[in-house]
Amino acid sequence: MWADFRKAWVITHREIRDQFRDWRIIVPIMILTVFFPALMNFTAQQAVDFVAKYGAPVIADRLIPFLLMVVGFFPISVSLVIALESFVGEKERRSIEPLLSSPLTDVQLYLGKLMAVIFPPLLASFLGILVYLIGVYRQVGWVPDTTLLIQVVALAMVQSLVMVSGAVVVSSQTTSVRAANLLASFIIIPMALLLVGESMIMFWARYQVLWWAIFGQAIIAWLLVRTGIAHFNREEMLGRELDTLNLSWAWRVFKKAFLGKKAPPLTWWRLNVWGILAELKWAVLLVLIVSVGAVLVGTTQAEIFTIPAGVLDWENLEEGLVTGVEEVGPIHFFSVEGLGLIFYHNLRAVALDSLLGIFSFGVMGLIALILPFGIIGYFTAVAVQNGLSPWAFLAGFILPHGVVEIPAILVTGALIVRIGLTLVTPQKNITIGEAWIRTLAEWARLVVFLVVPLLLLAAFLEVYVTPRVALAIFSG
Amino acid sequence: MIQTENLSKYFKDLQAVDDVSLHVRAGEVLALLGPNGAGKTTTVRLLTTVLRPSSGTARVAGYDVIENPARVRASVGVLTEDHGLYGRMQMEEYLDFFGQLYDMGSSERLERIGYLLEKFGLLEARNRRIGKFSKGMRQKLSLARSLLHSPPVLLLDEPTSAMDPASARLVRNAIKTLRSEDRAIIVCTHNLAEAEELADKIAIIRSGRIIASGTAAELKEQLLGPGEYQVQLADPFDMQELPLLTGLEVTAHGSTWFNFQAGSARDTNPRILQSLISAGFQVVKLEEVQRSLESVYLQAVNHTPLEEEIHVG
Repeated sequence: MWADFRKAWVITHREIRDQFRDWRIIVPIMILTVFFPALMNFTAQQAVDFVAKYGAPVIADRLIPFLLMVVGFFPISVSLVIALESFVGEKERRSIEPLLSSPLTDVQLYLGKLMAVIFPPLLASFLGILVYLIGVYRQVGWVPDTTLLIQVVALAMVQSLVMVSGAVVVSSQTTSVRAANLLASFIIIPMALLLVGESMIMFWARYQVLWWAIFGQAIIAWLLVRTGIAHFNREEMLGRELDTLNLSWAWRVFKKAFLGKKAPPLTWWRLNVWGILAELKWAVLLVLIVSVGAVLVGTTQAEIFTIPAGVLDWENLEEGLVTGVEEVGPIHFFSVEGLGLIFYHNLRAVALDSLLGIFSFGVMGLIALILPFGIIGYFTAVAVQNGLSPWAFLAGFILPHGVVEIPAILVTGALIVRIGLTLVTPQKNITIGEAWIRTLAEWARLVVFLVVPLLLLAAFLEVYVTPRVALAIFSG
Repeated sequence: MIQTENLSKYFKDLQAVDDVSLHVRAGEVLALLGPNGAGKTTTVRLLTTVLRPSSGTARVAGYDVIENPARVRASVGVLTEDHGLYGRMQMEEYLDFFGQLYDMGSSERLERIGYLLEKFGLLEARNRRIGKFSKGMRQKLSLARSLLHSPPVLLLDEPTSAMDPASARLVRNAIKTLRSEDRAIIVCTHNLAEAEELADKIAIIRSGRIIASGTAAELKEQLLGPGEYQVQLADPFDMQELPLLTGLEVTAHGSTWFNFQAGSARDTNPRILQSLISAGFQVVKLEEVQRSLESVYLQAVNHTPLEEEIHVG
């Protein structure tokens, strides 16, 4: 372990020395460490003096911690540039090949570079915070709360890690610094939005919320580091010579994976659709656990968000359960139109959730997919509040079509998880791009030949069977 | 020491290396020749475990490239096609950095760096920044880096490209001194004279396939036909007067000389000399016509169908 780290440190040491020989890196760091905090001190002083004249000290109270966060963030913004230079720059200059030919492991090289890219900007960030704190203490005698200081330091660390680990992922997909800089917008824009959000929290003075920002970014950083390690391998580094988009190749890979093993229709379905479900069992279990969690969370919300008495009419279901539901959008039960509408909504949900999953390692897709379970939990609890049996509610409103729809949701969720996992899993013998296309083809195959038929059947049951069962149970 | 069996590598639709089988024993130097994009660099990258084979096997210094990639890399010294140097570093610092990556102790690094810098005439520039070096100096430094850990296997991709004649000679001589009983070397080069000078065996690669392999003499015989010899006479002669042996093919002639091809020089040449002298011709000299490796290479690359492989020796 120590030997592994020692070699990573050899890389870190060399890169940091190299960075300190480059004035293009040193000068901005020095400015952001010394000059910028001094400017923020001046701004804080001016703001305090100004608001004191008009009796609004609360603005100064909020501005000083906010500027502390800004002072901590600005130097680490440099880490993104250094990361792109370190990872893709070295690839572009071909100086990576002697390193790849050495006994270093992929993880040692990744870790060594990660530390080299993070440490100098982070050190600059801490120095900047120190300079700012000294200045602001001397000017207005402000001392930060220990928790706030820990939060600002933690924010700087996780933000730096998110940007750098994101830059590695970007670097692994490009062969030039220019292309990497263009792709870096996918890091800069979300980070800018995040900073705006954090600024609002600072002015709102709900500092406890910052813990969620830190926690969320820590999760994202972990996922990005995992993805970076999966992508940062010798094959990916040197196997790609040009940033070309080979659509015909991608289509052939997709088509081959989509068609699966050749066989007569029924055997084909058994092999390539039903047979795949066994491979998805752990992912299905995960989705099931998360869905049960969503149901439980939904039940707790019924205590907080109560439905006014009289809105729900359990006795006259022929008139509709919720008063005014037709204003939201009419669902015509016992009609083909209603069937089409429900099927379309469910299909749209599958498409959107999968799309969200593609861009968020599966996380956002999964969260969106399990939202209906939260709603089921909520209404079950509401039913209980109204003196009904939860089992009767589930049997009347959910189960008739749920027996088909819930498995379809679980399979979709498992496929979304698999798409996310593909990006964070190291691949052998195939590139990450090829693995991702194959997973996408598998998603398409199972959605077309299993999920869609199940959703169609579920929509039929929901329109023609569920209302009858509900009426039978609740209207006597 | 280097052994590949049906080694192949695909990049999406492109087959960069196709069914390559190579055997280089300890003490041997193999020159890998081929046009640009033929698969030489990819083969080297497969042997250094930078790329994973799509199929086939390869063992380097006794280690399998898939099972023991770290051991393979520790046993190999690689001179890459691009120098890949860090311009802001000093030369000694650069070599010391790589010495650490190869687990060399500090005193061993110091000693080895001093030895290599002296060997390649770089001692005076040891504290200069690499960015200020000429191309030749960079190439020599890259070679020193590949030799730093005294590897049993050397893979040299274009070792003398971009070098002036004196530096190229120095590097070629250095490679000759690197031959040893316990070291195998592969040299990828476009310089055919260099290949002939350095290599015991030659393999010609085209479109990822080895289309010809053997010693230089074997390849010449195989691709250019039997050896060609020239007889120089003292006086002009008429071709009709020559007492030629039955079946002997004269390939060219002038007023005082003629060339012929002999399958077995040991049998044919003494008999020719004897018949010429007996007939009263004054023979000035009989010598082998030098056939360049370039002719062999061009014959192999331009005229050998891919399915027709030539392996001799």
